Amino acid sequence: MPTLSNDYYEFFGLARKLNVDQAELQKRFYELSRQWHPDRFSRKSAAEQAQALEATAILNDGYRTLRNPVRRAEYLLKEEGFPIGEQRSKDVPAELLEEVFELNMMLEELKEGDDSARSQLEAAQQNFIGLRDSVDSELEKLFNKYDASEPRSETAKQALHEIRGVLNRRRYIENLLRDVDRAIHPAGAQTEPVEDRL
Amino acid sequence: MSTFQIDFGESRTSKIVGIDLGTTNSLVAVMGLTGPEIIEDSEGRKIVPSIVSLTDDNRLVAGEQARELLLTRPDRTVYSVKRLMGRGVQDIQEELKLFPFRIAEHSESVIKLRLGERTFTPPEISAAVLRQLKDNAEAALGTPVSEAVITVPAYFNDAQRQATKDAGRLAGLEVLRLVNEPTAASLAYGLDKRKDGIVAVYDFGGGTFDISILRLHEGIFEVLATNGDTHLGGDDIDNLLLRIALEDIQSEWREDLSLDSEGVQRLRRAVVQAKEQLSFVPETTIELSYKGKRYQRVIQRELFERLIAPIVERTLEPCRSCLSDAKLTPEQIDEVVMVGGSTRIPLVRAAVERLFKAKPHTELNPDEVVALGAAVQAGILAGDVENKLLLDVTPLSLGIETMGGVVSKLIHRNSTIPASATETFTTAVDGQRNVLIHVLQGERELVKDCRSLARFDLKDIDPLPAGMARIEVRFLIDANGILNVTARDARTGKEQSVEVKPSYGLTEDQVEAMIRESFEKAEEDMRERQLREARVEADNILAATAKAQKSDAYPALAPEERNAIESAIRDLESVYRGNDHHVLNEKIEALNRATQHLAESMMNTAVRGALKGTKID
Repeated sequence: MPTLSNDYYEFFGLARKLNVDQAELQKRFYELSRQWHPDRFSRKSAAEQAQALEATAILNDGYRTLRNPVRRAEYLLKEEGFPIGEQRSKDVPAELLEEVFELNMMLEELKEGDDSARSQLEAAQQNFIGLRDSVDSELEKLFNKYDASEPRSETAKQALHEIRGVLNRRRYIENLLRDVDRAIHPAGAQTEPVEDRL
Repeated sequence: MSTFQIDFGESRTSKIVGIDLGTTNSLVAVMGLTGPEIIEDSEGRKIVPSIVSLTDDNRLVAGEQARELLLTRPDRTVYSVKRLMGRGVQDIQEELKLFPFRIAEHSESVIKLRLGERTFTPPEISAAVLRQLKDNAEAALGTPVSEAVITVPAYFNDAQRQATKDAGRLAGLEVLRLVNEPTAASLAYGLDKRKDGIVAVYDFGGGTFDISILRLHEGIFEVLATNGDTHLGGDDIDNLLLRIALEDIQSEWREDLSLDSEGVQRLRRAVVQAKEQLSFVPETTIELSYKGKRYQRVIQRELFERLIAPIVERTLEPCRSCLSDAKLTPEQIDEVVMVGGSTRIPLVRAAVERLFKAKPHTELNPDEVVALGAAVQAGILAGDVENKLLLDVTPLSLGIETMGGVVSKLIHRNSTIPASATETFTTAVDGQRNVLIHVLQGERELVKDCRSLARFDLKDIDPLPAGMARIEVRFLIDANGILNVTARDARTGKEQSVEVKPSYGLTEDQVEAMIRESFEKAEEDMRERQLREARVEADNILAATAKAQKSDAYPALAPEERNAIESAIRDLESVYRGNDHHVLNEKIEALNRATQHLAESMMNTAVRGALKGTKID
């Protein structure tokens, strides 16, 4: 039996870049699914079945990770020794301090029954969506910077370091947006998985 | 000389069947030469009602036979048991108001239903339906059937899936795959019509509602998102009409018919009939003649639609969520496929058309398409259907309980399965040997709002200072949508033992015990039958011998021969009441031998036939 790589890039046979051609990724996902899906192994030995299950789990987890830019970047950071820490949402990024402070005031007011805070919150929501968009274009530039650099060079490390900072900021904004969304639509208690936006 | 190579793979003749185990009706199908086919029973019926009854001689019967018994023996008959699969008694309080389930005592972790004097778990009841389908398939195919693909609602959680798998095992079927019903339908549909594109499957069945959105691409059926409600179906419409009819009867007859279970079942049949007719005619009558009384009520489609509008509306919210999860607008859906008997209702079709802005496909038989798809999946597993592949998703997020009763999500809903996540756990106090992990399924943030699946106990952890142990736990959802948990000590690499305590449903040991019991039952039944047959044979030979003793040939025998016959008769009579058919058969054989000469001489004296029933070698 062939040995399986746990590395998503290797498993898909893709270069370790932060920009990934989505059409190519999907094509390989379908090819590898045809090769490895447990349905193809139901008449095989228990060991082969177990390997197929293992391979498909890696494949599906990898596809989910690589097709989403944020998850992809987080994955590559971790693999390259820049793990995203746990301090993710507690420390307010300095440049957001003022806006976050105001936002928390509004959230409090709404909670206390001041419904005029609602329209202010909606405006703030738009503001933060705009911030997220600008973070995303910042990320795009950094992705290009990393992809153009020599692997593991100083430039590459520098890019990853910056990406980590931007990702932390992005996650912070995401959490705020989720809080605001929940305050505005308390009935919609189903939480949106953050994973697939951007 | 040539040698023969025997390929056992080729000699396999037994087929994998596809089963739609529905709330109201069940079907079994198989891949034929030209495509999937529904298997009929000996009377040419395709549908097996998912109704189970305990006969007066304590046999579980399912299907048509049970449907008849529902009227005459409602206390020993049960239906819609799929609503109880994988659930706890506190989950089904709403159900209990509407369905005549008789819950036995000690139903806390596993529901037990009372049929007559005996109790059965929902998987045991479902197994009776599966056994009927298996029998029908074996009779039609002429081969034993031991492997199956069974469909489940896409929105079924882990416990409900596990319960379905248990039912298969109890019925003597190896469940090679659980397939989501709408996905199965898309397989049957895609095989038939569509090549590539985005397809929404709206599946409104007897007791469950599912919506799935798929991308079809060169034979790959990729589920993008799924949503649903496992307690919403045609049953709810029936209950609505039933309640109205019961109120009418209360005021007309001055009698509470709801206390009379046979009356209720007859009335239920009448309202179901009316409901079905209203899909084709604008007006019909609910009619009941019972115990010399008569009830009639004309009902227009317009009123019917006003009544059921809230139920139909309840199906639309999951559709909107599903679209949003798939990140699609209604305009991006190329086709909408309708599945399940309830999609025959014009109001349902209109609502779906309005939401998706497309005319839904109704040309496939909504009752059969799921079973046909299950047969296609069986064909894929057998290797008979090439180039088709289903990529399904898990309908619900999977998480673990963390501090403060909060759920930390590990695998998000709509992740393609198999899917996995790894989490490292440690100990909180020095020398701690166990860590308990509480696994939940659901979209909410708090433990109390999610569905508890199981508690996994990591046992025999090496005693270490607090926080030093590192146990890596892997959560893997397999292709059936069922969770598997394994753990290893990250320091030693040693496999870590995990004990599973399912929150609802049967433990592995309980299933094993039930299977053993059913085997023992089968053996017992077999012994019982052989014993009865042996006694019948003993009766015959004793009667024949008694008759022969009166013939002229008997006194002509030597005295020792007559003694031998007399003693053989006494021997046989002495074991006649015993429980061992082997002993009985021995003594029958002995008497046979002892009377052989007598039989011959009787034939010689042309008294043929007097010893009819004995063997003459």
